[in-house]
Amino acid sequence: MKTDALQVELGRRYRFAASHRLHSPHLSEEENYRVFGKCNNPYGHGHNYVLEVSLSGEIDPATGMIANLADLDAFVERHVLEEFDHRSLNEDVAAFRDKVPTTENLCIEIFHRLKHFPHAKLERVRIQETGNNSFEYAGNTEGNDA
Amino acid sequence: MVLLTRKIEFSASHLYHNPNLSAEENRRIFGKCNNPHGHGHNYTLEVTVAGEPDPVTGMVLDLKELKEILEREVMKRMDHRHLNYEVPELAGQIPTCENIARVVWQLLEPRITQGKLHRIRLYESPDLFADCYRQGGSGAGN
Repeated sequence: MKTDALQVELGRRYRFAASHRLHSPHLSEEENYRVFGKCNNPYGHGHNYVLEVSLSGEIDPATGMIANLADLDAFVERHVLEEFDHRSLNEDVAAFRDKVPTTENLCIEIFHRLKHFPHAKLERVRIQETGNNSFEYAGNTEGNDA
Repeated sequence: MVLLTRKIEFSASHLYHNPNLSAEENRRIFGKCNNPHGHGHNYTLEVTVAGEPDPVTGMVLDLKELKEILEREVMKRMDHRHLNYEVPELAGQIPTCENIARVVWQLLEPRITQGKLHRIRLYESPDLFADCYRQGGSGAGN
């Protein structure tokens, strides 16, 4: 017997280019270099990030959609891309003034920005920093992100 | 448990139109996808089956068999077809990525008898896709 409900998720990818520098004010210069290596270069460096957003919800029978892509695109544009694309994450995004802009932290920051999307439930965000590195965050399992 | 994934590609046309809505509402909700003559995509389908490898063959299921199931259930039905007019399973539904994925799941699940259908992911384009899995089957994400 199959008792588990069928779950459908909508996934959408966005791209943004940004620079960052991995540096902690709590570490010495030597420790920063030891921990972060070339990512600690004082002038920073950049990536073409790929952001993958997954949403769940009922498929509206009238539209066939979990969420209208135009609504989702506008929401992601307003809450993430406008502030992140072609910017310095360290200098231009307030959340990273006192937090190292690793892609782990970027996932958490973006999840918090997108979790209030009103038309469907945000399941997770996944970010590719390069073709070889990707990170995922699905919210706090204790439910504090709900 | 081991997960095995096979990928296939098919090309199909579709359009989004709800006959219960006015022409203006259709245009507002569906945008250019409402073009009455339709448009097409190269869809990519990833099918993931979970199971224990057979001790004799080392396989979760025979890939040839999976290939035949996908050929019969998906390719024959959808490849080089108009999804609105030629796929009875989609009749009365807007052929969005979500709905197509759900129909594909319903077609495949009963056919996969070695191992268990774990997750499918259907890409309409590299930047738009739908995932389908059974809740509790931990199909999400990985």
